[in-house]
Amino acid sequence: MIRIENLTKSFGLKKAVDDLSFSVERGEVLGFLGPNGAGKSTTMRMITGFLPPSGGKITVGGHDVVEDGLAAKKLIGYLPENAASYPDMSVEGFLGFAAELRGLNGAARKKAVHRVVDLCFLESVLHQQIDTLSKGYKHRTCLAQSLIHDPDVLIMDEPTDGLDPNQKHEIRNLIREMGKTKAVIFSTHILEEVDAACTRAIIIDRGRIVANGTPQELRDMSTLAGAVTISAQGADQARLAALPEAARVEALEGAALRVYPKDKQASVALARSVMDLAGREGWKVAALHTEEGQLDEVFRRITLPDTVKKQ
Amino acid sequence: MNHSVATIKAIAKRELSSYFTSPVAYVFLVIFLLLAGFFTFTVGNFFERGEASLSAFFAWHPWIYLVLVPAVGMRVWSEERRSGTMELLLTMPVNAWEAIIAKFLASWAFLAIALALTFPIVVTVNVLGTPDNGMIFAGYLGSLFLAGAYLAITCMTSAMTRNQVISFILSVVLCLFLILAGFNPVTDLMTRWANPAVVEVVAAFSVITHFDGFQKGVIDTRDLFFFLSVIGFALFATSVIIRNHRAG
Repeated sequence: MIRIENLTKSFGLKKAVDDLSFSVERGEVLGFLGPNGAGKSTTMRMITGFLPPSGGKITVGGHDVVEDGLAAKKLIGYLPENAASYPDMSVEGFLGFAAELRGLNGAARKKAVHRVVDLCFLESVLHQQIDTLSKGYKHRTCLAQSLIHDPDVLIMDEPTDGLDPNQKHEIRNLIREMGKTKAVIFSTHILEEVDAACTRAIIIDRGRIVANGTPQELRDMSTLAGAVTISAQGADQARLAALPEAARVEALEGAALRVYPKDKQASVALARSVMDLAGREGWKVAALHTEEGQLDEVFRRITLPDTVKKQ
Repeated sequence: MNHSVATIKAIAKRELSSYFTSPVAYVFLVIFLLLAGFFTFTVGNFFERGEASLSAFFAWHPWIYLVLVPAVGMRVWSEERRSGTMELLLTMPVNAWEAIIAKFLASWAFLAIALALTFPIVVTVNVLGTPDNGMIFAGYLGSLFLAGAYLAITCMTSAMTRNQVISFILSVVLCLFLILAGFNPVTDLMTRWANPAVVEVVAAFSVITHFDGFQKGVIDTRDLFFFLSVIGFALFATSVIIRNHRAG
């Protein structure tokens, strides 16, 4: 549905987006990760046709966003970063306006407004003026606007920013639900959301893609992935390090030891060897588990060096 | 084409109704009517003239509009930029030019409503005497186009900045230039050191020169063309400014 080839955007001399290529198909939810200023919003603004690209090509549903912007925009529902809406309008008026711009009239418009009001739980504030609403309601009003024409492509810039945990949960469920039938891109810097809602994630840093894969694949990039942590009375660091599968052993707080595998694929064999060793040596094992990779560790490792360099 | 008409209608409707949801619109209407009345009756000596015409009324319009039209138009684009709704609006299936025209038409309609509310003065001259109503109609038409020209310039300055005050000041300055270029005291001053042909060219850019004809009851196509081209040029400039702003 969304195809991006060699997308570039410069502001003056600064390259905000640098040679980005990826695609998103129907049924996929793509999480867009990256530190602040990495180019997430800029990319989304180019896909939605707000900013013209400096180079490269974007097609949405086969329509070039630059050449045939109107046809592309019709397919897209967009939730901008600050969830802007017209403060002087009522929720109903605003959604009606969005529906009208989407070419919905009469009964179809009423039905569309009703549908998104249900979907986003706006019934209780329907006639309230938008600037009197709380942040969560404002956010959901803008979200409702992006869903009003039941778009094939949904693009959301930090959809859960500033919401309380319950609202975040609702929005994530909604994104997952939408992802079954649509192509969805959403940006976030909350890593748990990647697990909660994405089928795939891209990490970008300074305008470039630095990682692209399923949440599991990203997690596997972690140095921690596949390591075996053992907490046992009498455990001996040197004996563990001597295991054929072990690369190195790290001592943790509370007398626990962490054994890193030579080969991440062989983490099961490592765990078995550690267990066997503990049995042979008669260590009193309190806990033993294989580490899952942690996304935030991957994220920091990939994007941190540059941030540090800048300082 | 149908798409454009529907889009322009939807945006213009929203824009016009947004004027009336805030008290500012009513404050503006009251101030406009008070000022128009004050200049006509007190400064313009409407009754003392003993004429059955509205020349005392129309003569002040370039000056009243100088402050009031920028006040109406200053928020048109700067507010969208400030609040981020411009991003929302332009990512809808909307072409920028449709939004520009819709917003201009909505504000122009608001000014037309303000102007229409001055109808009691037409009734007054018709009760007191037998004026040339064709001349009055021409005056109103000219006044509407004058307001449109100022408004288009304000739309342009409004697109330049997210600050309404800057937008207001810029448009007042530009409109003031359009007045002064043909204002008699200024043209007299210029003839002292400039070639009369030059003075005439400069004066040709003034709204005063072109508004005069309407006041005298003459609807000259050249005058209409002047106002329409100011509107057209300013709105085109608006679209360029918005495009450049997005291009970064």
